[in-house]
Amino acid sequence: MTELLIYSALSLGGVAAGFAVVLYIISQRFKVEEDPRIGEVTELLPGINCGACGYPGCSGLAEALVDAADEGDISHLTCPPGGADTMKQVGRYFGLEVGSKHKTLAVLRCGGSFAAAPAKNEYQGPETCAIAHSLYVGVNGCPHSCLRLADCEVACPFDAIEMNDETGLPEVIPELCTSCGACVKACPRDLFEIRPRGKGKAERRVWINCRNKQPGGIARKNCSVACIGCSKCVRVCNEIVQAISMEDNLAYIDPYKCISCGKCVPVCPTKAILATFTPPKPKEPKKETADTQA
Amino acid sequence: MAVVKTFPMGGVHPPENKFTADSAIQILDPPDEVAILLGQHIGAPAEAVVQKGDTVKVGTLIGEGKAFISANVHSSVSGTVKRVDEALDAAGFRKPAVVISVEGDEWEERIDRSPELVTEINTPAEEIVQRIKAAGIVGMGGAAFPTNVKYMVPEGKQVDTLVINGVECEPYLTADHRLMLEHTDEVLIGVEVLRRALQVERAVIGIELNKSDAIEIMSKHAERFPHIEVYGLKVQYPQGAEKQLIKAILDREVPGGKLPLDVGCVVNNVGTALAAYHEIQKNRPLIDRVVTVTGSSLSKRGNFQVRIGTPFSHAIEAAGGMPGDVAKVIAGGPMMGKAVPDLNVSVTKGTSGILLLNKREAQREETVACIRCSKCVSACPIGLEPYLLEKLARMEYWEQSDEHDVLDCIECGSCSYICPSNRPLLDYIKLGKVKVHEMRRASAG
Repeated sequence: MTELLIYSALSLGGVAAGFAVVLYIISQRFKVEEDPRIGEVTELLPGINCGACGYPGCSGLAEALVDAADEGDISHLTCPPGGADTMKQVGRYFGLEVGSKHKTLAVLRCGGSFAAAPAKNEYQGPETCAIAHSLYVGVNGCPHSCLRLADCEVACPFDAIEMNDETGLPEVIPELCTSCGACVKACPRDLFEIRPRGKGKAERRVWINCRNKQPGGIARKNCSVACIGCSKCVRVCNEIVQAISMEDNLAYIDPYKCISCGKCVPVCPTKAILATFTPPKPKEPKKETADTQA
Repeated sequence: MAVVKTFPMGGVHPPENKFTADSAIQILDPPDEVAILLGQHIGAPAEAVVQKGDTVKVGTLIGEGKAFISANVHSSVSGTVKRVDEALDAAGFRKPAVVISVEGDEWEERIDRSPELVTEINTPAEEIVQRIKAAGIVGMGGAAFPTNVKYMVPEGKQVDTLVINGVECEPYLTADHRLMLEHTDEVLIGVEVLRRALQVERAVIGIELNKSDAIEIMSKHAERFPHIEVYGLKVQYPQGAEKQLIKAILDREVPGGKLPLDVGCVVNNVGTALAAYHEIQKNRPLIDRVVTVTGSSLSKRGNFQVRIGTPFSHAIEAAGGMPGDVAKVIAGGPMMGKAVPDLNVSVTKGTSGILLLNKREAQREETVACIRCSKCVSACPIGLEPYLLEKLARMEYWEQSDEHDVLDCIECGSCSYICPSNRPLLDYIKLGKVKVHEMRRASAG
């Protein structure tokens, strides 16, 4: 009995030892040299593998960072969800300058809520924006409006988008948004934009809450908060910073020029400009703006 | 006829509901204002050649199709051009259009409005094709593909047969049926015109057996035309789809991704043949079409000869006014037609019907899980796997969709119709087609 045990232990052990030697030789022979820095840099990254950087997962970006560091410049690479903090650490690791990337988030640019843009027809098809968009103009008649079917909510890997039942529109939760850009890709009407979070702790930012490029009269017919292309905001901004431009009846605020003063917010006749703070009331010489219009 | 001709694979038989088969075509007076879209056809929109304030007559050219695949657009009314900007298309988007306020009913002098039949065809083939282009004639079956393009046979391709589609397999619609009954000779001369334009020896007309009166009268009158044959076809949807029709009559199979031209055929609708007759024999460009205005609760439903650009609301008014229970208005038939979001959309060259469905008929039943019954696979006339294509589209697997030939789908809707789980198969397959086209374009450069 003990003999049997000894023999089997010896023979199996011998086979195992034989394989171990073969495996060791193979692993030594065909060894792949991996740069140890890749693993270390991967550790610094958030590890969520979202792909927002344009590389396949965090290790992909780490590899690209190491390659770029060998060239001596990593300023063109960023990690959108990690933001400035992560990139600062990466920069310190390599001892190189990182790109001056603002902290960003996704911003919805449509105010076509149930109240502002009432439904003119009923949609019965599959509950996805992609199909509704390919079929027709949408429930409220605005060809640039949110279709309210939540493709963005489904696409967001961070649960940072929630549909608001009262307005019908999606809402971005700033604390959760990593600006990975999944919603930008998911929205068939290109309503999301990755914009800087804005000035200070309060994240002061201002944006045009509309994408409608139709002439004002037509835009207004479908939605009470549409940008009508009146250019009042452009005029009020032009005095100093010139952050607002007007193209195809639609205003656009350049977030990198905007100083978040909020002056444009009250002048908008359709309330199509939104801000994350209470904008200042227009000063006494309100007539002056009226004069410049005339 | 021992064996009834039909296509061999798939197909469904929805309730026919051809309520208006016995109502003669009524001529609908022009409305006060028409909005004529400049892009009514497949291809590039026409460019407006009139300006605000111009006076136009019936038949005046208002839009010129300049691209290779494009079509001219003519005024369907006489009056003054109110504006040249935009009007709603069937999907509710604003597209370039010419809006004309109607004054009287004055026609261009060159148009022969007499009811006499012009039998003699004196126009040479090349000129016929050119004039079909000039007259803005497009496929009247619904797809609105510019007809002249089909007649420009590329080098190296041999065409031997003209196939004329009088099938009208969509439920409810009876416009082509009435055309064949009431304008038999015009249609046949139109077919003869098209046959000469194509320079082939054989023209075949396919008609579904549920229109026995049309088969009878067309066969009888066709005796005078030695090159034209009339075939009765089994009542089976989608018998009127181009590829199915060719297979049924000629037993030729159009391979995936190919055109009827590749098997030596050109297919046109009977309405297109009539339009060709009007232009070549009567100098009358495409300015109106027959539209079936129907629905279960419509009081005066019927077939109307409607000027292009007439708003749907005007046609519905003529058919007895909007019934209170209507929940959905469809441009075209119930299988392939599109619900319109607004009654101000105007009739285009491709509008074969205006269908009013009440709430019960329009309701889409609740979607439940696929039970793998494979009815959709049996129903698909192309031999695709709709359940799989739906799933691939839901998962956004566009490369696999392409591998499973999503682009060969003819969007007949048989799969969605037959599905016992009410799955939106065609909706997702259509999305797949759009995305695969996008993907291919992106990879092509």
